[in-house]
Amino acid sequence: MKTILNDRQMTITIDRLCHQLIENHLQFEETVLIGLQPRGIYLSGRIHKTLLQLLPGTHIDYGKLDITFYRDDFNQSKTLHVPNETSIDFSIENKKVVLIDDVLYTGRTIRSALDAMLDFGRPASVELLTLIDRRFSRQLPIQPDYTGRTIDAFISQKVRVLWEERDGKDEVILID
Amino acid sequence: MSLSVKHLLGIRDLQRQDIELIFQTADQFKEVLQRPIKKVPTLRDTTIVNVFFENSTRTRLSFELAEKRLGADTLNFSASGSSVSKGETLIDTVNNILSMKVDMVVMRHSASGAPHFLAKHIDVPILNAGDGINEHPTQALLDAFSIREKLGTVTGKKVAICGDIMHSRVALSNIYCLKKLGAEVTVVGPPTLIPKYMAEALGVNVSYNIREALAWCDVANVLRIQLERQNTPLFSSLREYSLAYGVNRQLLDSLQKEIIIMHPGPINRGVELNSDVADSGQSIILDQVENGVAVRMAALYLLAGKKAEQ
Repeated sequence: MKTILNDRQMTITIDRLCHQLIENHLQFEETVLIGLQPRGIYLSGRIHKTLLQLLPGTHIDYGKLDITFYRDDFNQSKTLHVPNETSIDFSIENKKVVLIDDVLYTGRTIRSALDAMLDFGRPASVELLTLIDRRFSRQLPIQPDYTGRTIDAFISQKVRVLWEERDGKDEVILID
Repeated sequence: MSLSVKHLLGIRDLQRQDIELIFQTADQFKEVLQRPIKKVPTLRDTTIVNVFFENSTRTRLSFELAEKRLGADTLNFSASGSSVSKGETLIDTVNNILSMKVDMVVMRHSASGAPHFLAKHIDVPILNAGDGINEHPTQALLDAFSIREKLGTVTGKKVAICGDIMHSRVALSNIYCLKKLGAEVTVVGPPTLIPKYMAEALGVNVSYNIREALAWCDVANVLRIQLERQNTPLFSSLREYSLAYGVNRQLLDSLQKEIIIMHPGPINRGVELNSDVADSGQSIILDQVENGVAVRMAALYLLAGKKAEQ
């Protein structure tokens, strides 16, 4: 087991990602944030909170999207996925959407997320932000626009992102 | 997490966790049904046949819509005008349909136990859409789901099931479902329409006084008088029934509280339920219909997933 990011590094990384978002989206009038259920919502929640601290008085639309019903492995999966809450109470029509997830691995979750998101409207553009990019393991041509940390890991290894609010501490670990 | 059963034949076979899993899943499907595009591709490689050996409007439409909203391919079979009228057996009919590579069967039959019989002979998941006077599980699930939506929980609530208890599969499934979720149930109606075994076998209260039952309950689920199932009349006239057991505005206004009114449909207006009650703010009848699609989507999704796991 190896620590990739400790709590301090995670805070700095999330701050950096937020500054990169501000650089491209300024006041977020036309931008919305969407975190992917179940694990991406912790990162998206942190990013939303940090952006509001960095841009006091700004309103940023923020929703959560579950992709369970859009997965491409329904009849192949060994276990049935129980859906999580989706809450997008604003229009994404002609908005700049930033999709947020904790780990980008094969790209299949993001493909499903794009399908799911398009059922809510037709955005002007879509960007992808991930805390961890496991490059060299992609099965679809999907790349992040904002990356916290890029890692090279064997397929047998697992990346786990721990969050204070769920796991009691902030840490990203690589498990053999 | 998945259902403990392969088929949805009745609420009697389900555990409380199964019902809660169906509700949890239906919550998310209800959200899907509020979206601009109300359809998901989840069951795009699944073919479902709706085999209806008995007339139905809302249940068949509700199942068909649920299947389409899940992206499944659907086939509809009605016994009238089919080979059944030429003497074909139930198993032959269904096996012929399954040879066309169908993945799930939704079945309604006038004979109690018909889907249980079929489940012993075919391998695909079966959803009981009502069998005789036995069970109508998805109706009970959507009823309990609607109570939970309106009151926040089913546990501890008092529910009166009113009317023709003897001939109602909705009543039996509702009793199983509500009891498993921790509700108190009273069945109320004429003595001729309430089986004697009810209180002892099913753990419900029995009342023959509609006013007392309504004064006791939080929710009244009013059932249709099923004249088509009565070979010999069990009460003297519809007018007498309406006077003694009909739920009307005057009766509700005489209570010291506002209760919720439910009805599985179709309503015999002016018999078991008056229009001034059925169309009032106390009635959640149309919410029940709306919730039916989400609950049936959940049941189909979970059963299809169960099949995939095997």
